[in-house]
Order: sequence, then structure tokens, then C-alpha cells
Amino acid sequence: MTMLSTTRLPLIRHRGPDDLFAWHDGAAVKVRDFLAAVHGLALRLPERAHVLNLCADRLGFTIGLGAALLRRQISLLPPSDTPATLHQIKESYPDLVCLTDAGVHYPGFDQVEALPSGGLAGLERAGLASGDDALAFPADQVAAIAFTSGSTGRPMPQVKSWGTLVRSVRGAGKVLGLAAMQGAGLVGTVPHQHMYGLESVALLSLQHGLVMHARRPLFPADIAAGLAVFPERRILVTTPVHLQALLADGSALPPIDLILCATAPLAPQLAADAEARMGAPLHEIYGCSETGQLALRRTSATAEWLCIDGIHLRQDEQGTWASGEFLDGETLLADVIELKSDTRFILHGRSADQVNIAGKRSSLAYLNHHLNSIEGVRDGVFFMPRDDGARTTRLAALVVAPDLDTETLLGRLRERIDPIFLPRPLRFVDALPRNPTGKLPREALLRLLHDTRQD
Amino acid sequence: MSDLKTASPSELDLAALIVNTLTLETAPDDIDPEAPLYGEGLGLDSIDILEVALAVSKAYGVKLRADDENNTKIFASLRTLTNHIQNLKAS
Repeated sequence: MTMLSTTRLPLIRHRGPDDLFAWHDGAAVKVRDFLAAVHGLALRLPERAHVLNLCADRLGFTIGLGAALLRRQISLLPPSDTPATLHQIKESYPDLVCLTDAGVHYPGFDQVEALPSGGLAGLERAGLASGDDALAFPADQVAAIAFTSGSTGRPMPQVKSWGTLVRSVRGAGKVLGLAAMQGAGLVGTVPHQHMYGLESVALLSLQHGLVMHARRPLFPADIAAGLAVFPERRILVTTPVHLQALLADGSALPPIDLILCATAPLAPQLAADAEARMGAPLHEIYGCSETGQLALRRTSATAEWLCIDGIHLRQDEQGTWASGEFLDGETLLADVIELKSDTRFILHGRSADQVNIAGKRSSLAYLNHHLNSIEGVRDGVFFMPRDDGARTTRLAALVVAPDLDTETLLGRLRERIDPIFLPRPLRFVDALPRNPTGKLPREALLRLLHDTRQD
Repeated sequence: MSDLKTASPSELDLAALIVNTLTLETAPDDIDPEAPLYGEGLGLDSIDILEVALAVSKAYGVKLRADDENNTKIFASLRTLTNHIQNLKAS
């Protein structure tokens, strides 16, 4: 019915093959090298339906994305690379091959290395010159499947068409004025296997002609050094946690032109401090894995979020629903939202069951499911203790498990859930303070946690 | 208890810094200087490591980097992290 299904959208929108594409292992990689590597990897990928893209190296990851599209294979983006997660994904997608960094092994999986063993320079000698064959893919081709934690204990697939991904990051780029930033260097502190990193690091670079730093820095000094390799304009894609560390550390930073921040709401004061310190506008992005990015705001200027082109919100008794020209159907958002119009809103925090720690989202239902499925746990509950505001707040857990000790229980949880959600503190109790209806009032949990504190 | 399991004064200093920074429930002298800080062992994750790096920068005046060396190697144990900080201070 729409034009969308027949439209082809390009993999990359740099101006030409001699433009820079990435900064990788201390050297600049040109667009022609990248395209040659995409063609080269497409030839090396075995005949499989799915490519589990485990590359930490962003150049390898992006080459993998392009090669999979070229082969009409679907990239699977795991939420983490814990053995349990990888095996769950393999159970659901048995026809997969792992794409990896050089020298990394995942026992029990077929794997291919993303980067050519002879280095990028060897590709042209092998006759894989990219030429000018522009790579473009149908908007309705399934490009990737990202995963969120479902309440059933299995990763929930979020299927993304190439058109959804491209039009979403082009919409964001329009709000951010990226057309004037062609050739700027981009450093991102977020994992590209998550929607935010996939969109705002990998795809933003591909679709707006940016030069992507292939490493993901953690420490403030690494972020500063990553930015410093670029001669002029620089973009930092980050989270409140990394931003706070960067400001507290006081490392000298080269001039920055744009800061993007997402995963958790940023305090307006922190946004203002970051703008003053880095001399760049800071824009926050709002979205979720189900929809991708939906809205942006410049936090120092306004509390209101503005939806990117084509996205609309509506509310009913269940909550707020997002839909868009390039999204499949409607998605119920997990946050409490005050609508100002169908494209402008104020965010009032997450719904009660949702937890967000340092940008990783999960639900208490999901975590409780895993806790209570451990042998030896008779009853157990995760909850968010009081926020002292000073540091990243962690979850607490109260557990009835007379035959388990802390180390064993944490070890079993670590096999099942992302380590960021491991309880701290974890307290063993004789019984949970269930009320007559079987519910666990928050006040009772907090009281029990306080009473069992080890001094 | 063997000597290897006993923390040196500089290791104890760093252990106290880590425990205070992260408000861990472990006592500094209970931390095995050779046990992993990441994952198993003390159970730190990358957010903790970031906070420890900031505290280290304030207390010792050195900035940790992960780029040149594998950061899991630096954080392999209290002992490797102490040595790494001492080397940075000396250079």
C-alpha cells in the first residue's frame, strides 16, 4: 500500500569512497576499505539465516551489519554475551553463525571473524575493490533482531526492518542538524548491540557521513583520548553514568560539538554542567528497544520532549502508545507520560515494575522469575531500595533459601541475569513479609532490609 | 595463611578505598589480594570499576586507561590493580 516496501535505502551516505569512515587501531579507515570489507565478509559468511553479531570492535560490527544485509541474513544483537544468553538465543535461532572479533572463541558455536585476517589493506589486492556499486537494501528487509528481557525469563525478540532503523536515525539526525556535521568524529560509550548504541553510534555514523571511533571507551581518560584523535568536529554519544564520571574526573577534553545522552533521564543540572564544561549542546534521546528512538530534547532548554518526524503518541486507560510511519503497529510505553500534544510530552519516570540501572532495563517480574527458579530458593524478591541520590542505586533482594549461601546464590544468578542487576545487598530471611493477600508491601520490604542490616 | 594471601599495606589502602567508594559489606582485610575483582570474587561490574577509577584518580593522582591494556587485566585482582597504580605513579 505504501511506497515503503519498494524503497531501497543505502547502507552508507558518506560523500565518496575516499571519505573517512572509521578510526580503527590507530589508523583511519576509508569508505572504500569499509565497503570492500563488507563485500569480502559477505563472501565468507556461511549459508545461514542468522548472524549473531558479537563483535566488540565497532568496525567489525558495522562490516557484519552490512555483509548480513547483503546476504539477506538477519543480524542478531545479543543483550550480553553470557553463556546462558547465547544458548537461549541459539535455541530460538538454531540456524546461526557467530560473528566475532579476532581471536575470541565461543565454545560450542560456529564462528567467523568479522575483519579480514590479512587486514583491510589486503582486500583491494584480492580484487575486492568496492568500485562505485552503491549498496542499498529494501526498506522492508529484516535487518536486525535486538532483544529485551521479557517477563517469561527468555530474551524477547524485537524485529527491526532496514527501513525502520534508517528512517529513525535520519529523523533524529534532522532534529540534531547533522547535515552540517558531515565528517565529524564520533565517540560512543554505549554498547552497539543495544538499540541506543546501534542507532546512535553505528547507524548515525553510516547515515550521516560521520567518522566512527571503533573502540568503546570506559574511563574518562579513554573518552578524552578517543575524542582527541579527531582533528576537528567531535560528537560524544554517552549515558548519564559516563557523563557524571567525565565531569567528576576533570580530564582535559578537546572541544566537542555535540553531546547525545540516553538510557536514563539526565538531571537538568548535570546537563547544564556538561554543556558549560564541554561547550557543546547536549541532546537527550528517549526511546526503548521495542520502538527505537522516539523523541529528543535539549535538556538545558526545555523539559518537553519532541517526537522525531513521523512518530505520534496517544493515551488510553492502559497508558501511552507510540506509533509511527516506519514502525510496526503500536507500542505501549513503560513510562509515565504527560502528553502536551501528540508529538510533545513530559516524562514522569518509569512504571512501577520497570527498573533501569546505569541504562540497562529490566523488569522486577523478570528478575523475580529467575531468582525463584533457582534450586533451593523457596521464596525471593527483588526490589529497589531507597535512592540516596549519590551513586548508581542497585537492587536489593530478600531470599528464603536455608540451604544456600550468598556465594552460591550469586553464582547461580550470574548465570541467568545481567550482572548489573545482581542484588546488593542480598539478605537471607526466614520468611518474606507477605500481607494477607500474598503481596509484598514496599514498606515492609524496606523495614526487613533495614532490620537485617549487617553492622 | 600463606604470605601471598596477606595484603601488603598499599594493597590494604586500596582495598579500603574500594570498600568505602562502593559501600561494600566486605571488610578491606577480607579481600583476597589475588582474587578477581570483576565478576566472580568481589563481584564488581563496569559501573563499579568506573567509580573506583574516579576514586583512584582523586586519591592517587593517576588516571586509569583501558585502551592500551586490557582493563580486565588491570582489574584482575587487588594485587594487579595496586601494581598498576604504583607503576603509573612512578612513571
